[in-house]
Amino acid sequence: MKEFAYVRAGSVEEATSAYASHTGARYLAGGTNLVDLMKLGVEAPAALIDVTRLPLDTVEELPGGALRVGAMVRNSDLAAHPLVRDRYPALSQAVFAGASGQLRNAATTGGNLLQRTRCPYFQDLSKPCNKREPGSGCGARDGVHRDHAVLGHSAHCIATHPSDMAVALTALDGRVELAGPEGARSVAAADFHRLPGDRPEQDTEIRPGELVTGVVLPAATAGLPSAYRKARDRASYAFALASVAVVLRLEDGVVGHAGVAFGALAHRPWRARRAEEALLGAAPTRAAFEHAADLELDAAQPLRDNAYKVPLARNLAVDVLSRLTDTALTGRAS
Amino acid sequence: MTGSVGAPAERREGREKVSGTARYAAEFHSPGRAQAWPVPSRVARGRVTGVDTAAALAVPGVIAVLTHENAPRLAEPDDPTLALLQNARVPHRGWFVALVVAETLEAARAGAAAVRVTYDAEEHDVTLTASHPGVYVPEEANGGHPAVREQGDPDGAFGSSAARVDVAYRVPPLHNHPMEPHTSTARWEDGTLTVHTSSQGTGAVRAVLAGLFGLSRDRIVVTAEHVGGGFGSKGTPRPDVVLAAMAARETGRPVTVALPRRFLPAVVGHRAPTLHRLRLGAETDGRLVSLVHEVTTHTSRIKEFVEQAAVPARVMYAAPHTRTVHRVAALDVPSPSWMRAPGEAPGMYALESAMDELATELGIDPVELRVRNEPDVEPDSGRPFSSRHLVECLREGARRFGWTGRDPRPGVRRDGPLLLGTGVAAATYPVMVGPSTATARALPGGSFLVRINATDIGTGARTVLAQVGADALGVPLERIRIEVGSTELPSAPLAGGSSGTASWGWAVHDACAGLARRLAGHVGTLPGQGLEFRADTTGAADAESDFARHAFGAHFAEVAVDTVTGEVRVGRLLGVYAAGRILNARTARSQFVGGMTMGLGMALTEGSTMDAAFGDFTESDLASYHVPVHADVAGIEAHWLDEEDSRLNPMGSKGIGEIGIVGTAAAIGNAVHHATGVRLRELPLTPDRVLTGLLGRRT
Repeated sequence: MKEFAYVRAGSVEEATSAYASHTGARYLAGGTNLVDLMKLGVEAPAALIDVTRLPLDTVEELPGGALRVGAMVRNSDLAAHPLVRDRYPALSQAVFAGASGQLRNAATTGGNLLQRTRCPYFQDLSKPCNKREPGSGCGARDGVHRDHAVLGHSAHCIATHPSDMAVALTALDGRVELAGPEGARSVAAADFHRLPGDRPEQDTEIRPGELVTGVVLPAATAGLPSAYRKARDRASYAFALASVAVVLRLEDGVVGHAGVAFGALAHRPWRARRAEEALLGAAPTRAAFEHAADLELDAAQPLRDNAYKVPLARNLAVDVLSRLTDTALTGRAS
Repeated sequence: MTGSVGAPAERREGREKVSGTARYAAEFHSPGRAQAWPVPSRVARGRVTGVDTAAALAVPGVIAVLTHENAPRLAEPDDPTLALLQNARVPHRGWFVALVVAETLEAARAGAAAVRVTYDAEEHDVTLTASHPGVYVPEEANGGHPAVREQGDPDGAFGSSAARVDVAYRVPPLHNHPMEPHTSTARWEDGTLTVHTSSQGTGAVRAVLAGLFGLSRDRIVVTAEHVGGGFGSKGTPRPDVVLAAMAARETGRPVTVALPRRFLPAVVGHRAPTLHRLRLGAETDGRLVSLVHEVTTHTSRIKEFVEQAAVPARVMYAAPHTRTVHRVAALDVPSPSWMRAPGEAPGMYALESAMDELATELGIDPVELRVRNEPDVEPDSGRPFSSRHLVECLREGARRFGWTGRDPRPGVRRDGPLLLGTGVAAATYPVMVGPSTATARALPGGSFLVRINATDIGTGARTVLAQVGADALGVPLERIRIEVGSTELPSAPLAGGSSGTASWGWAVHDACAGLARRLAGHVGTLPGQGLEFRADTTGAADAESDFARHAFGAHFAEVAVDTVTGEVRVGRLLGVYAAGRILNARTARSQFVGGMTMGLGMALTEGSTMDAAFGDFTESDLASYHVPVHADVAGIEAHWLDEEDSRLNPMGSKGIGEIGIVGTAAAIGNAVHHATGVRLRELPLTPDRVLTGLLGRRT
């Protein structure tokens, strides 16, 4: 195997400086995806900077009512956290919908955001993939692509982002906090992942050496009705065929706030801005939900074998919007 | 009799397995053991024009790189998939073109990545269609069944039938994917070859190795003490054992070849895709007049394997006019092979789905339709059945499931967004049995030692054979010791075709019964080495029977189909079996439930996708090849009838390892139709297909 250096960082500064001093380094957190990719040869880091000991493993309330989730909080702990369950149910539901119990125990919040696509061509060194090897081509476009993107894909890449968690963060207006050689900054979760364009090798807006230190859930969406729903091939341990996260506030009988994001339709969690605009101020009827979903999905460009994703995503959005409306109107979960 | 047989005795090796002390084939460490990693072909058809091993040999820890240019010459095997590294030909993608042997697994893998192979690639063809120009009718299908059987005038009778069903079904390629990938450790010492392998039968492994390496069998020892599942894919020797033996001989080191999961889809067999056309013609009362089942499947360029999916139609129903046909096309695909209930699983999916369509067409209850077509003798052969209690299974299942009073109308039961339905299908699996030997020895301390080269692939064979021995000797179960899983033991056939317990049990019964007779005539204390009796069932177990011998069963399923997503959830799955005498209630239930779970996977989640451009199967790990998880299996019940059949073997048992999968997929598919009114004829019933079907229903 390719030998690599291993550095265990005790602080964010130690981690970023270790990264800077090792060419070809990767941060290692739960390892549930990176280690697999190393076994497959997709990743061959020269150094692993272990960040699991960083003091980023707490969920804390911020002044003003926001919630910060440390990057090293394990998925299981995030999903089960009382404040998360209480204020951001979509996030808890999304994390529980992902992977398996064992994987959630190991995987971290930061690592979940940075996991790579499960496109089979990306994972197979014997096949072309522009994401893995820019310029080599895309095996999936004319190949096996039932699971691939219908929105925002490019001639270079049709991969989807596999995270459930990131879809909920996007709908909840979460932000991703980063620390790097040039200091700390934060990026809206909706803008953190990229569309592939002509640089599919770049999954996110993260800059070289930057480390995810946490995610922040805003006070504005705290306590709003929210929900996540995922369709999949089996009842557990399967990536989404399509999913949706919705945050909904009704005011005076109309939609006062709607946050809608789709998963498994694109190279990033797909914030459904057009649908949200159409919903704002509309009466919460099934017809309005269908209209909003159609407006958003009108941009879909399905491939040979994944056209089903469009009606599936539409159904999911309408279903979750309807259920949240019922809850808001009756005060009970339906 | 002490009554051990039938009792729910616990697995004898259970503690070793759950405590991690049971040793599998990769875990036989010996000094100097090396690890090897194969290099799979990247083209689907062509020739290797060069293998540059320099970079691989430069990887620290790499000991040797075997290629077709330097590997030991093997004798021509009967199984062409074992002619490894013998020539430059590439018959399919994933075929092994080199093997890197190294001090560690990591070095072997790095070495394999550094091997540079060049190919003269040719156009490949991996796409099966019913009208493929290469399709031909083989001489026979798997199991030695004739490819074609015909009685009467099936076309004419179909044409003039009052009710007709003419439908096509498709079952995708499926993979066995046992928990333990195929693995072997080999060691040569003084011209003797010792192999620890993960196999369903070490006798066949030894015979093949003897042939390939030109050794007499007494210079080879093969053991398979514990096997982490096989489901047919370990029924024959696989590349791992041949490569391990080659590499060990070439390097003079013990060598382990543990195939990575990703390599399995190409080299250890798969259930070939089957395209079915079913034509059922019936009277208005439901009695079949004509039954035509035609199957088209694929095989590889190097080995003809024809999934015998039309064979169960020769067993199931009385119809005066029948035709059953197998056709096959040789493509540039990996070689298909056995997977749990080859023939019966896909064949009964199609036949039992078509029967459901006929029931709907005629407005006859599907249980009743099957009862009306119950034959007096085996339809194809005319032989009487040794026992056949399909009707009783259907009736008992209907009673337990609460089938009576079922509203037959499809697509009318709603629970919010869910559509609810129930379905039924019959199951059958042939009784197979082979000759075996065994010894039983009475030891001075009062215990008994039974020795037989049976293989316990996770089924509980050790346990059930001890039960058979205990009863034949008339002693408590605790006094029986048993040794299995080595060619050093009395020879016995493989664990396959649901024949293991019948074949081995017969020999164990005879050995123990013989020993009991000898002991009855023995006077005084036992000699130091004890007293032994050896049994050989040759001539008895392999005698032609005048009877058609099959197990039967009935499956009932209740499903909820989510109209939002197209997801299908199976709320209840219930099977009732007539499989002769059940020898261990605990391990038998596990077999039935396991088979049903695998059938649930076949119905809803499992399938391998052939990538036409590259010529390989896309799903290569357990994250993408979806076997059911616990959350998919809500309620599952297995029951059996007390079936007595004296025409089988001394235990009165039929095989139970495979019948559980046989009718399950059809029962679930029929329930999905009952729920939705949509007839989906291609497996698996994944949300994309179901949702698309539901949307089509509305327009």
